[in-house]
Amino acid sequence: MTDSSKNKKNLKRTVIEPLTRVEGHGKVVLLQDENNRIKQVRFHVVEFRGFEKFIQGRPYWELPVLVQRLCGICPVSHHLAAAKATDMLVGAQKITPTAEKIRRLMHFGQTLQSHALHLFHLSAPDLLFGFDDEVNHRNIIGVINDHPEIARQGVLLRKFGQEVIRHTAGKRVHGTGAVPGGVNKSLTIAERDELLGQCDQVIEWGIGAVALVKRIYLDKSDYHGEFATISSNMLSLSGQNGELEIYDGTLRAKDAAGGTIFDGVDPCDYSNYLGEEVRSWSYMKFPFIRDLGTEAGWYRVGPLARVNNCDRITTALAEKERLEFKAIAGESLIVQSTLAYHWARMIELLYCAESIKELLLDDDIHGSELINKGERQRLGFGVIEAPRGTLFHHYEVDDDGLVERANLIVSTTQNNQAINESIRQVANHYLDGQELTEPLLNQIEVAIRAYDPCLSCATHALGKMPLQIELVDAHGSVVDRIEKRTSGDINHHC
Amino acid sequence: MTQQRPRPILVFGYGNPSRGDDALGPELIERLREVMKGTPLVERIDLLTDFQLQIEHILDLAGREQVIFVDAALSLAEPFEFKLLAPDESISYTTHAMHPASIIKLYADHFSKAAPPCHMFSIRGHQFELGQPLSREGEVNLNDALGFLLKLIEGEW
Repeated sequence: MTDSSKNKKNLKRTVIEPLTRVEGHGKVVLLQDENNRIKQVRFHVVEFRGFEKFIQGRPYWELPVLVQRLCGICPVSHHLAAAKATDMLVGAQKITPTAEKIRRLMHFGQTLQSHALHLFHLSAPDLLFGFDDEVNHRNIIGVINDHPEIARQGVLLRKFGQEVIRHTAGKRVHGTGAVPGGVNKSLTIAERDELLGQCDQVIEWGIGAVALVKRIYLDKSDYHGEFATISSNMLSLSGQNGELEIYDGTLRAKDAAGGTIFDGVDPCDYSNYLGEEVRSWSYMKFPFIRDLGTEAGWYRVGPLARVNNCDRITTALAEKERLEFKAIAGESLIVQSTLAYHWARMIELLYCAESIKELLLDDDIHGSELINKGERQRLGFGVIEAPRGTLFHHYEVDDDGLVERANLIVSTTQNNQAINESIRQVANHYLDGQELTEPLLNQIEVAIRAYDPCLSCATHALGKMPLQIELVDAHGSVVDRIEKRTSGDINHHC
Repeated sequence: MTQQRPRPILVFGYGNPSRGDDALGPELIERLREVMKGTPLVERIDLLTDFQLQIEHILDLAGREQVIFVDAALSLAEPFEFKLLAPDESISYTTHAMHPASIIKLYADHFSKAAPPCHMFSIRGHQFELGQPLSREGEVNLNDALGFLLKLIEGEW
């Protein structure tokens, strides 16, 4: 556990600060002991502060639109989680079949485009060229030059997901499709046909994406299986019959060996099963499984947790891939390899592509019964599997419908401890003495990127640096600094 | 994918409307939309906003004669800067978002032809915290920027 290190005054500090033009000022602090071993890692994402304050005092009916502005990376996930919570607030115990299927369609579109971005833009350069490839080549342009068809598919998959969102949410961005108690539009036949016409191609690309990542992973399975790998608990939603479920379902947690910690938990009861620890050095909370305590109760969320936790996937092609994926776990039952996130993510992309086609062939998506309501409530919970992991929205409103209290737990927060642990594993492997090197920077980036953390909360301003590492000795002096600019150029100041 | 035929000029403002001056890009688009109502400009100009730029936005550049990206900027003299963009050969992928110069490079590689002329319209911003409105300075800069842009599109283009 990184936070349990004693005698912190004797530790040296290494600071990695991704000051990108977009992101939320994430930074990594590495604390070394006197033997230059990494004893503690602190991954900061300071922009996550202020969410609740932003929401308090707002009328509940604004929430599904308002919360999209918390994050420009996955606004649809916040939109849907808030919509689910407001369903409860308006007393809609169950929304109409049309509303649920339109929302699911929107969510599959968002997850597909998010996963496509991650593979084709963010992780493909790592995976295709290797972690030590030249910085100016290890990017999407390098992928276009060397693998033009893969790059083209990435762009078009993104576009397809965006079109699914546009048709279901009403707009490409700042959508208004999901409203308290349901949705405000269904799909027209023309909209359905436009999307359906592309589905087979999208599924084919999904099959190819899984095959690509699987091949790369298995080509160096020993190396990929160990890189940044840690042993953790896993948390996700799962369906009524244990199936992969990203829109609804109940909470399931498994331990590192695959044993059940809890299962079938109503998401509204999340706070009885999950605690949130506050640490003095971070604005982020540290969620943990209550039964295991703060030290042992941290867990991972996201594609790796979901594909590990589920008993099956409801679509045929993705299920076949899940079985192959799980086979690498062997007797341990749980795939703990951090780089297997990439593989699991592509299995989910394929699942989304197949699910979109299934829903487009369902006549309910053209229905006219869009909204249900009942007796208004003061408490609302919305839990959803965002692309990066489980997302909790919890609201309490007053008699006037204004939000008195809000609690949001986002997926990157839940993966925070796991990211720390993965960085620590990598740093202990590659940090030699007190010299910060470009390969070390690359390896740490690769480890962080596997989780696809959402450092961005959609703020951006030109001219900032994407990555900075500082090595600070036990006396607080900077002994080394390395910067990676937005251009990819490396500046090393000794 | 079925697309409306693109108009010759695209003005694309990006940023988060709820993060202070990060809203300068999308806010300029909204004000421009109001100004354009009922004028011939609506036949010549498409307006687009997003939180940030992504790889699929290269498709929005296709078929244009001119593209203007509008964004807030921290390291900039007041009130704004307008400059022609060149494709960025060196591209970072640490973040989930892209720079316009990377977008036009990606466009060129994807379509095997040069992107239409693209300009970066950067408006100086001052505060970027969640839940903040535009700063007073940002508001002033935005008005100046809108005036400049209107002269540009009503005149030269």
